[in-house]
Amino acid sequence: MTSSPVLRLEGITKRFGSFAANDNITVELARGEIVALLGENGAGKTTLMNVLFGHYVPDAGRVLVDGRELPAGRPRAAIDAGVGMVHQHFTLAPNLTVLENVMTGTESLLGWRSRTGPARRKLTALAERFGLTVDLEARVGDLSVGEQQRVEILKALYNDARILILDEPTAVLTQPEAQRLFEILRVMAAEGLSLIFISHKLHEVLAAAARVVVLRAGRVVGERAAKDTSKNELAELMVGRRVSRPVREAGAPGEAMLTAEGITVRVDGVRRLVDCGFTLRAGETLGIMGVSGNGQTTLAHLVSGLVHADEGVLTMFGERRERENPRRLVALGVGRIPEDRNSEGMIGDFALWENAVLERVRQPRFSRFGFVRRDAAKAFCAGVIERFDVRGGTSDTRTRLLSGGNMQKLIFGRNLATTPKILVAAQPTRGLDEGAIAAVHEEILAARRAGTAVLLISEDLDEVLALADRIQAIVNGRLSDPVVTDAIDARRLGLMMAGEWAKAA
Amino acid sequence: MGEGRLMRLERREHRPIGLVVTAPIIAILVALGLSGILIALAGAPVLEAYQRILISAFGSRLAATETLTRTTPLILTGLAVAVAFRARVWNIGAEGQFYVGALAAAALGSQHGLALPGYALVPALMLVGAVAGIVLLLLPLALRLRFGVDEVVTTLLLNFVVLLFVSMMIEGPMKDPLAFGWPQSVPVIGDALLPKLVERSRLHIGLVFAVIAALIVFIVQSRTVFGMEARAAGLNPSAARFAGVPLGATLVKVACWSGGLAGLAGAIEVMGVKGYVTTDLSPGYGYAGIVVAMLANLHPLGVVAAALFAATMFVGSDGMSRALGVPSFIADVTVALSLLTMLVALFFTTYRIRR
Repeated sequence: MTSSPVLRLEGITKRFGSFAANDNITVELARGEIVALLGENGAGKTTLMNVLFGHYVPDAGRVLVDGRELPAGRPRAAIDAGVGMVHQHFTLAPNLTVLENVMTGTESLLGWRSRTGPARRKLTALAERFGLTVDLEARVGDLSVGEQQRVEILKALYNDARILILDEPTAVLTQPEAQRLFEILRVMAAEGLSLIFISHKLHEVLAAAARVVVLRAGRVVGERAAKDTSKNELAELMVGRRVSRPVREAGAPGEAMLTAEGITVRVDGVRRLVDCGFTLRAGETLGIMGVSGNGQTTLAHLVSGLVHADEGVLTMFGERRERENPRRLVALGVGRIPEDRNSEGMIGDFALWENAVLERVRQPRFSRFGFVRRDAAKAFCAGVIERFDVRGGTSDTRTRLLSGGNMQKLIFGRNLATTPKILVAAQPTRGLDEGAIAAVHEEILAARRAGTAVLLISEDLDEVLALADRIQAIVNGRLSDPVVTDAIDARRLGLMMAGEWAKAA
Repeated sequence: MGEGRLMRLERREHRPIGLVVTAPIIAILVALGLSGILIALAGAPVLEAYQRILISAFGSRLAATETLTRTTPLILTGLAVAVAFRARVWNIGAEGQFYVGALAAAALGSQHGLALPGYALVPALMLVGAVAGIVLLLLPLALRLRFGVDEVVTTLLLNFVVLLFVSMMIEGPMKDPLAFGWPQSVPVIGDALLPKLVERSRLHIGLVFAVIAALIVFIVQSRTVFGMEARAAGLNPSAARFAGVPLGATLVKVACWSGGLAGLAGAIEVMGVKGYVTTDLSPGYGYAGIVVAMLANLHPLGVVAAALFAATMFVGSDGMSRALGVPSFIADVTVALSLLTMLVALFFTTYRIRR
């Protein structure tokens, strides 16, 4: 970092009313450097980037690119100065080709026809230089999420960006895709581009960046070289107190609550689960690990009553139960944490109490003669809010206003308030920040202590290793044999994840 | 992208209750202001024109009862649409359901129809009309649930099918032989006519039924398990499915409410106003129901107010047109404009502008 910085955010302060979203933040970025901006949700990362891009006018401070100050509040100025942004949610038109997407907005509206030749040459050169291989003629809708992200990056580069901001770029990626992205980022930095990588995931920050700037409550609370710091230190800086994820203590597994034998499930004619078998015991956590897209969703849906087995035997509480619907399972004592909070777990425009009771509203406890017992429902919800520390609203608040972590607490609460016999948790900490992850882990461990049989489906290896008593890997819809977590080592883990089960055994 | 004056839209954290109530009123005032420009362009004094509209709609006993008579079917078709749209069943076919309801009531209410005593005949015919409307909506819904056919297209196109069917029936099997060759159906018998609400007017007890229907719909939507599940199915189908709401069954129930209300509107119109079916029984009540429902933001009690507003404009503009020579189409323009301003107003109850 000997050269002068290509980008300098100097003393940025931005208030909303009395709340300081950014409080005197200074961040520098050198040529060819990758800096990670680390912070929990609400720490001020997004506000800072909005100031950089001229979407907000800061109350104090200035933005310098190559030593020249950008006029405040002019989005065009940042783009013209060579700053590009890759958003977490892509801004691509799925029905257009890659080439068309990249060219959209770069051409004069008055032009007679689109000039694709020069654009194609420029893109091919860029793609080659940075290893961003993607078929320019492919329709964006047909691409994988990882490829779509590469298109977003190409788009920024096509507009001559030299400074690239990536907002939570790994949130939508699978682990191999994320690894691939990190390689591309390193190539880009080596080629002289400067990158800011926004994230709240510690291991990714350490893997991708050379320098880490930690934000908390609108301030810079620390700056570390990635090689001189650790996950624990960063977590502590980010949260402001020691956070340690809770640890699993030895348990005493009871009788089998759920057994699956030879289960095969087809969804729309495609076999998503093939000949799967597992046993779930009371007071024990079974972890299903694997890269997402290998059948986890279907497995969670199977145990949640959303899909049914085409072949095989599913035994629950000692009886064959193959065609149960969600309501019936909930009544039997199956708690279900859906993979996607927003699309499956919650209805954003419902009040909290409605979301708290929807899956059991037909039980006599919450309805009578077809009328909802609102008092009972609200009391139930208030109890969940109290006991599971849901912050940001009361029973009557619209659910949309809660943070992801608090929504997840509400989902756990509505399931655990009645002490289920089985708990299915699919990707329970996806998208949550460090504090919320610790809370969720604590709930899962508490449920297990209370004698619940927990099925934990997660692509986060650390999470599975920390919480599960036994582990099975899922690859291409098939489940490996279970392995006791304490007997597992890195080599065996790798073989299991790769589907090389014969060698792992 | 302005010079440092970039505007951003932000979702409001809460929808201020005052705003939710005043937004429709502001929207209608803006719409009236905008159509005022058109009235001025037509060379008429704007304020006098609006005064004429009010006088023509409410200025006399006859005018007021006429306005309320027109409000009645609009409430019912408005409810039919609001109930369906809430659950994202896009029923554009209230017009067709209105006509099959009317036709069924006329057929079974005539001399050759149900042989029931007077007190039972009216409820029976209302039920018959509702069932006819339900059947007509269940067809397209079944196609959607089974094959994924878009019900916007099927319900809309069925309107024309039904209208031609009505034509066929009243020119053929159901033609009234005593109507001097006019295409109209045989009339319902005296016992099947609804009692008048006001003597020597067209206003009948159907208005009371319509308002009661609005209250019932309101209670069902806000207080019952079915109402909650129907809203869930409309707002987020995959979350509803995860929570165990049977989506197909819920949508079928919603369709029963929606088609039933529209069919009921047709039956009540026959029994209350004309006594027989013609192809101009409805001047577009089914389509106007969509506007009424949207104006009411799909709220069942709001539908009553919106229906009254629409009826006022339609009845009042006729009188204004006669007095001032401004085309009465101005009523259509005003109602359409108020729908647009209403959409904008609703947007601002949910979002605000930040600079």
